[in-house]
Amino acid sequence: MRKFIDSLSSVWMQIAIWFVLLLPLMIGLGLVVKSMPLLQENSLIGILSSSTWSPMRGDFGFLPFIISTILVTIIATAISLPLCLLSAIHLTQYAPKWLLGFMHSVIDILAGIPSVVYGVWGILVIVPFVGDNLAPFFNAESSGYSILAGALVLAVMTIPYVLNMLIEVFNNIAVEYKEASLSLGATYWETIKFVVLKKGLSGILSAFGLGISKALGETIAVLMVVGNVVQFPKSVFDAGYPLPALIANNYGEMMSIPFYDSALMLAALLLFIIVIFFNVAARYLIQKTTVTQ
Amino acid sequence: MMNRKKIEEQFFRLLMSLVTASIILVLVYIFYIILKKGLPSLSWDMVSRLPEGGYYFGKEGGILNAIIGSFYISVSATFLAFIIGLPVALYMNVYLVRRPKFLTMTRFVLDALWGVPSIVYGAFGFTIMIYFGLRTSLLAGIIAVTLLIIPIMIRAMDEVLRTIPKGLMEASLALGSTKTETAFKVFFKQALPGFITAILLSFGRGIGDAASVLFTAGFTDHIPEKLTDPVATLPLAIFFQLSSPIPEVRERAYAAAVILIAIVFTISLSARLLSKKFKKHQV
Repeated sequence: MRKFIDSLSSVWMQIAIWFVLLLPLMIGLGLVVKSMPLLQENSLIGILSSSTWSPMRGDFGFLPFIISTILVTIIATAISLPLCLLSAIHLTQYAPKWLLGFMHSVIDILAGIPSVVYGVWGILVIVPFVGDNLAPFFNAESSGYSILAGALVLAVMTIPYVLNMLIEVFNNIAVEYKEASLSLGATYWETIKFVVLKKGLSGILSAFGLGISKALGETIAVLMVVGNVVQFPKSVFDAGYPLPALIANNYGEMMSIPFYDSALMLAALLLFIIVIFFNVAARYLIQKTTVTQ
Repeated sequence: MMNRKKIEEQFFRLLMSLVTASIILVLVYIFYIILKKGLPSLSWDMVSRLPEGGYYFGKEGGILNAIIGSFYISVSATFLAFIIGLPVALYMNVYLVRRPKFLTMTRFVLDALWGVPSIVYGAFGFTIMIYFGLRTSLLAGIIAVTLLIIPIMIRAMDEVLRTIPKGLMEASLALGSTKTETAFKVFFKQALPGFITAILLSFGRGIGDAASVLFTAGFTDHIPEKLTDPVATLPLAIFFQLSSPIPEVRERAYAAAVILIAIVFTISLSARLLSKKFKKHQV
């Protein structure tokens, strides 16, 4: 009887684990099958490099969406990474223990806020700030619903993930390295600059990758503040239309226009592949650091 | 020379403290704004009544449909994710410890899944839904959210199980228990407080996510009675009301955001308290 239960439960366990291991493949495959109809009509390169978007006429050019996605993601990580880096160094090297513990709660809470709430906050605070303060300062016209607003909201949203990872990276650097550097007469700050940052480099890059992959896929909060206009944004104060927003915004009409659903699933597939790539690269880097230490 | 070094260090220390402080301030500011905007229009009607005719034009009613819908989806999805996630986490830590390469690969896949955006789970859930000939429904919503929280659940459980000392497993096996018994009687009990945290964490993620239910769950003014009925969810209720041109409706969206935040933080707070309470009974 015990043997029977044992084999029964290990079968259950094996089914469950193979389900999970094959899930990424199933997701990829499901999306490929769904985007096939469009890919048979147009070439992938054509879709990615065309900028005409008029589903009614069967033109599905992804370029404006791809550019918006890249812009929003790059600006968001360019804002959040330096901030997280400074804060993580402060927390792990200078700050008292209680502050680090407190920051862990802050990180948990920030990570726990639902993205739609970030979107509400973005509309209430960031959009008017960009429209009324930042844009006039740079002599630009903007409604506030813009690439920059999306990037600012995203920057805040990625902080908990990037900061958490950086704290872990810096905490994992062996004290001996620091002691050696200090005993050679380096100041504390020099030790951080030349030893801690150098030793943590691949960890920092990996946190960067994780932040990017988080930023790429964020949908609702960005969709709410980014403006959603199909165009090539000329400046960061123009409205953009990232890929996730494209998918989310058009679920209503996609069944009534031929190839529309196929195009949206292709967008989801692209997003899936890019995010997986950044994620795997980030994990690979972090694994390399833990091995070499 | 010494002086310049000192000034540089002082400058960066100040900058770093400012950055840390500003991160805390941003969090406070988010809460302040949402509460300030949401609390005035929050009323008992909102959480206890269904939307009535003309609700979306500023008439009477509440968003009980969305609150209940969100709970239906998240509770069922958390339950399903637990049924799939628990054996995986136990298998990884009881059987796979002998095969470190396979274990590393599994963790790699889980991390990759954890990073997949929820809109992709929504799109994938949608393709499954179409494949089985379903319409937007409670069932499709549950499937999409389950897939979304499975990696979160397993990774959280795995983190707990990893900390259990190997000797405990060896002792249990040496006493003649099977691996299953070791997994469910020893590891499960040891990790229970962590599991509760994992479950509540996943639940919190499930209830707050909008992109995965957008395609799959649909939206309705009624409380669903069958698995095939469409269902409203709280994040989408916020999202839709916010896009209204009528100020009263937008204010209700802020109030709904307060409700969502309150639910999410009650959950995460109880997760912490419970895991603290249970930790006393650990070996």
